[in-house]
Formats: sequence, C-alpha cells, structure tokens
Amino acid sequence: MDATISAAVSILFHGTAYAMILYIVSVGLSVTMGLMGFANLAHGVFAMAGGYVTVTLMNDYGVPFAASLLIACLVVGLASIVIERTLYARLYTASELEQVLFTIGLIFMAIAAAKFVWGPFAQRFAMPEALQGQIELGTRSFPAYRAFLIVVSIAIILGLWLGIERTNLGARIRAAVDNRRMAQSLGINTGRLFTLTFALGSALAALGGGLGAEILAINPSYAIEHLVYFLIVVSVGGLGSIRGPFFAALLLGIGDTACKYLVPEIGAFFIYAATMALLLWRPAGLFGRA
Amino acid sequence: MIPPGKSSLKRPPAVEALIKRHRLRPIELLPWAIAVAAYFLFPGYLALGAQIFIMVLFALSLDLILGYAGIITLGHAAFFGVGAYTAGILAVQGWHEPISGLIAAGVAAAVVGLVSGLVILRTHGLTLLMLTLAIVFMLHEAANKAGFITGGADGLQGIAIDPIFGAFRFDMFGRTAYWYALVVLFLGWAFVRLLVHSPFGRSLTGIRENVVRMHAIGTPVRRRLVTAYTISAGLAGVAGGLLAQTTEFVALNVISFELSGAVLIMLIFGGVGRLYGAFIGAPVYMIAEDELAKADPVYWLFWIGLILILLVMFARGGILGLIDQAMHLVRWRRK
Amino acid sequence: MTAVLETRGLNKSFGALQVAQNINFRLEAGARHALIGPNGAGKTTLVNLITGRLRPTGGKIFLSGEDITDLPPEARVKRGLGRTFQINQLFKGLSVLENVALAVAERDGVGGNMFGAARARRAVAEEAYALLERLRIADDALKPVRELPYGRQRLVEIAIALGLNPKVLLLDEPAAGVPSTESAIILEMIAGLPPDIAVLIIEHDMDLVFRFARRITVLVQGAVLVEGTPGEIAADTRVREVYLGERSHV
Repeated sequence: MDATISAAVSILFHGTAYAMILYIVSVGLSVTMGLMGFANLAHGVFAMAGGYVTVTLMNDYGVPFAASLLIACLVVGLASIVIERTLYARLYTASELEQVLFTIGLIFMAIAAAKFVWGPFAQRFAMPEALQGQIELGTRSFPAYRAFLIVVSIAIILGLWLGIERTNLGARIRAAVDNRRMAQSLGINTGRLFTLTFALGSALAALGGGLGAEILAINPSYAIEHLVYFLIVVSVGGLGSIRGPFFAALLLGIGDTACKYLVPEIGAFFIYAATMALLLWRPAGLFGRA
Repeated sequence: MIPPGKSSLKRPPAVEALIKRHRLRPIELLPWAIAVAAYFLFPGYLALGAQIFIMVLFALSLDLILGYAGIITLGHAAFFGVGAYTAGILAVQGWHEPISGLIAAGVAAAVVGLVSGLVILRTHGLTLLMLTLAIVFMLHEAANKAGFITGGADGLQGIAIDPIFGAFRFDMFGRTAYWYALVVLFLGWAFVRLLVHSPFGRSLTGIRENVVRMHAIGTPVRRRLVTAYTISAGLAGVAGGLLAQTTEFVALNVISFELSGAVLIMLIFGGVGRLYGAFIGAPVYMIAEDELAKADPVYWLFWIGLILILLVMFARGGILGLIDQAMHLVRWRRK
Repeated sequence: MTAVLETRGLNKSFGALQVAQNINFRLEAGARHALIGPNGAGKTTLVNLITGRLRPTGGKIFLSGEDITDLPPEARVKRGLGRTFQINQLFKGLSVLENVALAVAERDGVGGNMFGAARARRAVAEEAYALLERLRIADDALKPVRELPYGRQRLVEIAIALGLNPKVLLLDEPAAGVPSTESAIILEMIAGLPPDIAVLIIEHDMDLVFRFARRITVLVQGAVLVEGTPGEIAADTRVREVYLGERSHV
C-alpha cells in the first residue's frame, strides 16, 4: 500500500516538473499560432538555443545558473527579434505549407549548426551544488532540482499570467488573438506586437530549455525530438490559448511519466492514442474555440 | 437551366479546353524515355535507379494529398513502412509471390490510411500536423516493439521473393528490380494521372482552394479527403512493398519522421501539385544525397535546410515552377 | 401560396447572448424577399442557421415542407438550398468555367467520380458554360478567377450558386465591396434571375432592396420587428426609428 502511494507521489512529482518545462517551452508557440496564425515548427530551436547558451556559460565560463539563464533569455530573445523581422515577418501571409517548410528548413540548419559547434552528443549539465541531493518534505524526500524547477516555474507562470491580465502589452495581445482586424482598427500596431510576442515566446522557450536541461537533454536534435510533445501541448490546450496549454502540459507530463513508469513497453504508444482520443472528442482542444 | 441550342451545336472553345485538358502531351513521355535509356547508359546504377523509381512513386502518392487536396503531412512514411513490412513479413513467413505480396502491401497501407484518416482529418492546421507525426511515431514504436515478427531495430531479414510471373528472377545486378519498379511506377502514374483529372480529383483541388465554398456547393468534404488519403496511403504502401521486395530487407527507419520529411522535401524540390514534381524532385534529391550525404551528413542537412528556406522565399513552385517562369520569360521576350 | 423555406420559432443563443429569438419566417415559391436590419441584428446568424453552419438552440427549419433542422449543410444544398457569401468564396486559382463546373458536377452527383464518364463531364462543362453566357461572363471562361476585377468575381460567386440549380437562393450582400461603376451589372443580373427560384437577399444598400424586393423582413436584435411589402416597410414608423433613422445619421 505504502509502495503504491509512494509510487503515485513520485509520478506526480516528476510528472509535474516535466510538465512545467513543457509548458514554459510551448506556451510561446500557442500564442504565435493564435496571434499570427504561424505554424512555427521551429519553436523548439529557440529552447535548444537557450539550453546551449545556458550550459556553455555554466560549464565553460563558470557563470552561475541563474545568471546563465538570464543571459540565455536575453540572447535568444534578441536573436529572435532579428529572425522574426528578417524572415518570419515575410511569411505571415504565406500558406501553411510554406510556413511548415520554412520552419523545417530552419530546424535542419539549427541541427547542423549545433552539431558543428557543440558536437553530436548531449551536453553535460553541471547542476549547481545547492540543487543536488534531496530535500525532505514530511516523511518523504524529493530531488532538490525538480522541486526547485516546480517552484521557479510556478513563479514564472504566475508572472506570465498576471502580465497577460494586467499589463498593457498583455491586453493588446489578448485583443489581437481574439480579433486581429478589430485590434488593427483600434490602432494597435500589430507588426510591432507580433515582434514583441514572438520575442517573448522565444525568450520563454529559451528559459525552459535552460531550466529543464537536466530533463530534456540539450542535443542537436532537440527541436525534432520533442516536437510532437510541444505540438500536443499546444493542440490539446487549444491554439491561441495561454492557460489551456498549462493543463494540457500537466496531463501530458504526468501521463507520460506514469506510462513510462507503469507500462514502459507501450508508454509512448498510450500517450499518442490518448491524444488522438481526446482530439477526436474535442478537435479544437480542451480550451480552443471550435 | 438547359443550354440554348446554339452552344450545343458548335461547342465553344472554352468547353473544349476543359474537357480535353487531360489529353496526353508528348513531353509527358519524356520521363519514361529517360528511364529506359538510363537502363542502357548506366548499367552500374540499376539498384539506385530502382530506388529512385520507388521514391518517385512514394512522392507521387504524397502529391495526391498534399499537392491536390492540400493536406500537409509529416507522417506519410507511416504508410510506406506499413507496406514495406507487409510485403516483407509475407515473404519471410512463406508467401513469396511478388505481385500478390505487393497488392497486400497496398491494401494493408490503405486500411491504415483509412482508419487514421477518419481520425486525423477531423482536425486541421497544427493539430493535423501533430497527429500525422503522432501516427508515424506510434507505428515506429509498434514496429520496434514487435521485434519477434518485424526484426525490430535489426531490420527484417530473410526476405525471399519468387520470380515475377515465375519467369523473371530477381538478379544480383538489379535488372529485374529495375524493370519491376519501373512498370509499377508507370501503372501508379497512370492511375494518379487519371484520378487528378477526374471530377473527384478536381473536387480535391476545390477543397484545397476554398473549403468553405466546397461545403456550400454540397460537397461531402471529409469523405472526399478520407478517400484521397486512403488511396494515397495505399500507393505509398505499394512503394514501400516494392522497396522490401527489391532490396529484400526492411529497416526500421522506413517508418520515420526522417523519411516522411525527406519525401516531402523531394516533392517540394520538384514542385507540388503538378504530378511531375515527384519525377524531378526524387531523382535530384536522391542523386545529390548519394553523392554528397555520404561525405558529410551534417553539411547535407545544412544545405537541405538552406535550400528549403530559399525555395519558400524565392521559388515557391520548386524546380518545375522555375522552369515555368523561365519559359514565360522567354515567350515574353519574343513578343 | 406554399412556403419553400420556413422557420418556426427559431432560437439561437451563445451562453447568455441571444442572437436569434423566436424567428418565424416564410419564403414563398418564386419570392423576391429582402432581409434587412442594422448591424448586429442577427442577419448573418439567420443565414448561418438556415444553411446549417450553426445549429439552432430551439425551433425548426423546413425546406419544401421537409424538416431540415438536423441535416448537415451539404444535405441542405442537395435539397436545393444555394447561397452566396458576403465576402467572395471562390476557387481563385481555377478558371471561371471550372469554378462553376465544380458546382454543376456536385449537383449532378458526379463530383466524386474517379474514372470515365466522358459524357457526364461534357454535359457538366456545357451547362457551366451556358450559365456563364447567360451572366455574360463567358468571355472570361478560361481566365483564372483571381485575374478578374472584383465586380466580375461577384458574378462568378452568384454563378456558382446558380450552378446548383437551387430552389432557394440566399444572396448575402451581393453588392458588397463592388465599386459603383460595376454594381449595375450585379443589379441587372439579380433582376434577371429565373422567376421560379425563391430569392432571399440580405442587403445594406436600401436602393437595391427597394428596387428588388416584393417583401421585406426587418430584423432587430435577433427578432423579427416587422414584415411587409416595401410600401408598408417604408411607411412603418418603428422601422424608420430603429433602422432607417439610424442609418440616416450615419
């Protein structure tokens, strides 16, 4: 009995930590999709870039974890502004196929570039000492890194949600997701809004990539390896939704952890089947508008 | 709404043009002439030739749903793989006759296409893309885990195929395989060509161009899409079956995102929705891969990525599109 | 007179927002009927309910006496309900002739044919062409639709609907977006529609409405305010207040 409970707690705990990373990486994709209608398959590239910057700063330059994350966020956010202005912006009116092809091209180039610079293998993530080991909570002990991950992620997510609710930028994003034409006629500069949102989403992805470098190992195929999971989070959550993907990520993170723990032979299989069943029931996702 | 007598007596040229559009043009025979000539010119490359035909057929099946019906998929290799494994497993288990094995491959893939199509074609956009990926990953997992019958990660070995019609033995130079693949490709091409020019095929184009309007003229849109998806899956399965039979081996990567992506890229290189994009893109891609990728796979990926981006930015019609534009330019200059 | 199209007690609400309230509406055979009302009155909602893009929360819809409330949009089209859209919904890359031929083929039930039947194909092409001749756009038959000026594209929009040989034709703002220099051909075309088709026109342009309609229904806040002949509507004080008065201020 106690073994069952402790397994359940462990699954919930690890699943939640995984879910937080999935959400922080994916939420930007949902907003880009809802706001610009852009099928950005290369979203994971920004997370990967964030991960590489973070681990490189930590491993090679001894920069502290928090500072590395912050720098990764900034670097990727700024780079994404350049990429959005020069490339993405030219394809907002293009067909979905063109957007898909363009972003696949971007993924391929990113894989090649990452292999060239960092080699084909996953990066070693030298966890800060404070995050190694376990922490005691009541009668149980939990890995400190994952506990830290959950706490920090919740803080980031609350900050994001509050920002979307309370700030001017947030209000404009919500208005434009609801009705782009209306927002334009209200005088919202959608071009600049797109750039800002894109940069914000990319910076968040970079943060997720760096934070979760222990869970989703940083390697050249990162953007493809986890693409389906990012897409599941966004589709099940409902394209354009900000909170939907959070619940989708929780379902996926905990479900995936449970499956891999309980039925390792068919774990992934079950997740895909469940996703299909769910979308068969609600094609627009849990929180999407039909 | 019966037309007045005048126009039915002397048929207007516009009507004539619409009815006769599918008439065969001489240039459409060019690929076949090249394929036959290549047999005699490059006897050392027959194995590669057969593989190219197989990929052309695979890309052609993709063109049917992507180019005509507008369904974007990153998981088409799922059907190629189901076909390959069906043909391969049949042969390993004792059914060595090639034609029936190939038909079985097509049917099995079509069934998987039908079932998955019924599920995924209820969605669109990013969700649909995700589901096509999910299906290819699912089947990959299934093939991997069912190692006792598929050979798992080691691949399926021990495929033995009888001579075609009991007369043409698969030889070590790949001569039989070359002709076998070419004939099957020809039949597949004739079939797809008939299909895309039929009212059914035109209605697929209509769905791609404007689905709202197709609903409003009473088209059962989802049924058409599922039908097209099933046919396309069946053709992809035939291509996969051909690969299994001609190489007498099935590797796990026949069901993969990588192969799905590769066939998509071949089609895009050649030109999508043109029927002949597959005939240009697949050979170009495969010959380039044969020459370049073995030297350095990292650079290969880099260049493929760059070319994709350039194509999207500057040459949306692929190679055939570029040829079109060049022809227009020449004609315009002459005027 | 028999009604070809009828709604009984039609309701539609999104949560607390009621966008259609107890709409009873009859379209007689051969009618020339206009549906008017200020912005947000629920005109488009009513069209979407009739065509089946929206499901009503209550009430029934009948086409030629048959209850079609639960039928999907395609099945309604098959039973003779044709429509045009406020914003053109065309196959822009295809030729004008083929735009119409797709509709004709669907109506003839040959749209899903995969092989053969050259005769059916010929019949479809000829009928589509005859329709273009009648609308005087046959000269553009082989041009891709996207190369046509907007006014002529608008005619293609109507030609597609006519290709379905409908019993009921819903024209959703047929003159919307058409420059005044080209609107005359639209008016002329509407005036020349076959008399046996029941036409319901949704329109903002009051000139067009009063020239075309023999009956007018005024919709306000999702409910029918009044229905009558153009004379009655023009004289109705409530209509003046709610609709015409408001418009004259704009």
